[in-house]
Order: sequence, then structure tokens, then C-alpha cells
Amino acid sequence: MEVKETISQFNIPGQCKKYGLPLWQCPQFLFLIMGATIIVSILVAYIVGERYIEDPQIIVLIVLFVAAILFIMASIIIRSFEKLAEVSKMKTEFVNIVSHQLRSPVSNLKWVIEFLISGKIEKTAEKQQEYLQILKENTEKMEELISDLLIVSRIEQGEFLPKKEKISLDDLIEKAIKEAELFTQASNLKIEFKKNKELLQVNADPFQLKLAIDNLLDNAIRYSKEKGGIEIKLEEKNKTLFFEIRDNGVGIPKEDQKHIFQKFFRSGNALKHKTEGSGLGLYIVKSIIEKSGGKIGFKSQEGQGSTFWFSLPIQ
Amino acid sequence: MKTILFIEDEAALQKTLGEFLAREGYEMISALDGEIGFKLAKTKNPDLILLDLILPKKNGFEVLKELKENTKTSDIPVIVMTNLEAMESVDKALELGATTYLVKANYSLEEVLEKIKKVLGE
Repeated sequence: MEVKETISQFNIPGQCKKYGLPLWQCPQFLFLIMGATIIVSILVAYIVGERYIEDPQIIVLIVLFVAAILFIMASIIIRSFEKLAEVSKMKTEFVNIVSHQLRSPVSNLKWVIEFLISGKIEKTAEKQQEYLQILKENTEKMEELISDLLIVSRIEQGEFLPKKEKISLDDLIEKAIKEAELFTQASNLKIEFKKNKELLQVNADPFQLKLAIDNLLDNAIRYSKEKGGIEIKLEEKNKTLFFEIRDNGVGIPKEDQKHIFQKFFRSGNALKHKTEGSGLGLYIVKSIIEKSGGKIGFKSQEGQGSTFWFSLPIQ
Repeated sequence: MKTILFIEDEAALQKTLGEFLAREGYEMISALDGEIGFKLAKTKNPDLILLDLILPKKNGFEVLKELKENTKTSDIPVIVMTNLEAMESVDKALELGATTYLVKANYSLEEVLEKIKKVLGE
């Protein structure tokens, strides 16, 4: 076992992959190159020294040159250690955020169950039903969060790959709108879907694209103002299929815009509007669109609303 | 009958803890965001405030600060309820004048009740 471990230490590409760092930033690889530089420079110094010993200036220049190379390499190595430390810090933060987000539905479940068991609850069927409904909603909330987290973990391990097939985006959009009807009616929102008559198909994963559309639509509904409207457009533009969703909701403050696709990021004014949310949705959407060969972006003004768009290449 | 103002945006918690405390004989007033919470604190003059930290419109820290700065509300004891266990947020709440705090996930309903009774001197 020990021999095996020692050998695996020499498997530099394998080690670097384990840390998730590119080769030129990986400490093991850089140490190897540094060692080689030292050995080569000693040999060169020996050969050159034998020939030009009468001209010490050249030796000094060579030593300076080698020292400079080693200095640069040492700084890259330090940077790579910093990067490793950063990754490990991000993992810790990730665990903190996740446990906090799971805690809230768990404490709801705990209190409802305690209340039900205590017998202090009103003994009407209606009341019991209300509390069972809370249990159901919170269990679903946990399920959603866990499924988002699994997707994020698969994205980061490079395993969330699209299973591409020819699909019509308009069918997916119509389905998403239909499924969201309950929420749009509850918040008094109107969704308008505009599309060209004949649209070409795209080559993409239907499950993943549906997830992306669901997420964008869900955001538009969540952050809309009362009696707002949502407009979805689907059209062909320069050999791509262009999707756009516009709401007249709370918008994204300028200072938050550059972070909006970051994992777990939630804008300050989004929190002021709706405190619930994992901050994973847009991160997942961006990853899906980019893995499908597309582009994604948005325009937004605080208080006026947001427009998110993506484009996919037409096959 | 003692009155408790419960400022919490999550409907499920409002319902569970609210109804539980009502059954224990408290008059409950509920507020679903920070702005309404602060308004109700001024007009209803409750004996105790239960305050969540992550709230829409005005967060718990802002509400706490305003409560303590206002002469009408500065004497009302405030129990901060949170799932943010990070010590700095708890310290910040206590510094702003919260009487005490509790981490929701660590407390049972009975324990919350005990804490409320203690603060109210019952």
C-alpha cells in the first residue's frame, strides 16, 4: 500500500487533477521543473566556467539569469498554494451556507412535528391538514435544495454533460409557462410569449434546457412587482436561436450585477423582496447554456426590471 | 394577558410558533416584514418582541436599531430568533440591544416558551 502511495506521488498529472489545478499552477509539477532547472544550471555553469573562466562577467550574468528564473517559479508556486488554500476556504464556506439553508426547513419540520405530537393543536381535521401541508412544503423545499446542490456538484466535477438531441425550444417554453400557472395566477401576473412562426430546432439536452427556462421564469415571477407582466421572446438571430425573458420587477442593483451568476450569490434587494432562495439557480442556468454551446447575459436596472437572454446555435 | 409581537417572514413559522404561543395564553401579533414589524411595535406596544434577522424590506438588525432608538419602543425586550449561528451576527444583535437570542434549529417549542417566560419574568 505504501509503495503504491509513493508511486502515486510521482503521478503528477493525477495529483494536479486531484487539486483541480492546471499543470502550470500545480506545486508538484513546478517543483519538478525547478529541480530540473537547478541541475541544468549547475551543469551549464560547470561547462561555461571551464571555458570562460578568464571572463567572470559572463558567469555573473548566467547566475543572475538562473536566479531570475528560480524567483519567478517560486512566486508561481506560492500563488498556487494560495489558490489551493482559497479552494479549501470556499469548500468550508459552501458547507456553512448549505447547512444554514437546510436548517431553516428542518427547524420548521421539527416544530410542526413537536406541535402535532404535543396534542395541544386544535383537533379539527382542517387544522391538522394545514400543518400536514406545512410539512409537505418544507420537505419539498429541502428536496429542491438538495437536487440543486447535486447538480452544482456534478457541474463542478465536470459530470453534468448535456445529452443532446434535436428539440424545439417553443414546446419547452410553453410547458414551463403552463406549469408555472399556479404561481402566476396567485401573484396576478401575465405572461406573454412571442415567437416567430417557423422556428428551427436546436441540438441540446431537453431536461437541462427545461431546467434553465424554469429557473429564469421562476426568477421573473418571484421578483416581479404585483400586477406585473412577463414577456418571453423566441426568435432567430444570426444563425442562433435567441431566447429573452423580460420582467418589470425589482431589478438588480449595479454593484451586484457582476456577481449575479456566482454560486450562492443573492442580491441585497432580492433578499429585501424575497428572503427565500438558494442563490444557485442562475449559476446552474449559466453552466447549462455554456455547456450547450450557447451564450447568456442580462440587462437590468434597479426598480425597473430585468431582461435575461440566452442564444443557442442552430444546427 | 401578555402580548407578543412576532416579526418573521416565513409563514410556516408564523403559524406554528404563533399558534403554539397563542394556545399557551399569549396574545399574538404577527408581522411578515421588518417595516410592518416596526410600525406595529410603535402602535401596539407589545410586552415582548420576537425578531427574525433575515427579513424583507427591513432586516432584523435595522429593525432592532430603530426599536432601540425610539423612546416608545426602546424598553420592550427583544428576543432575536435566527438560524444564523455565526457569532458575529449574534454579537451584533446583542450589541444593538437585543435582550437575548435563540437559534431556531436548536430549540424545541417548549424551550422557546421557557425562554419567553424567563424574559417576561413569569
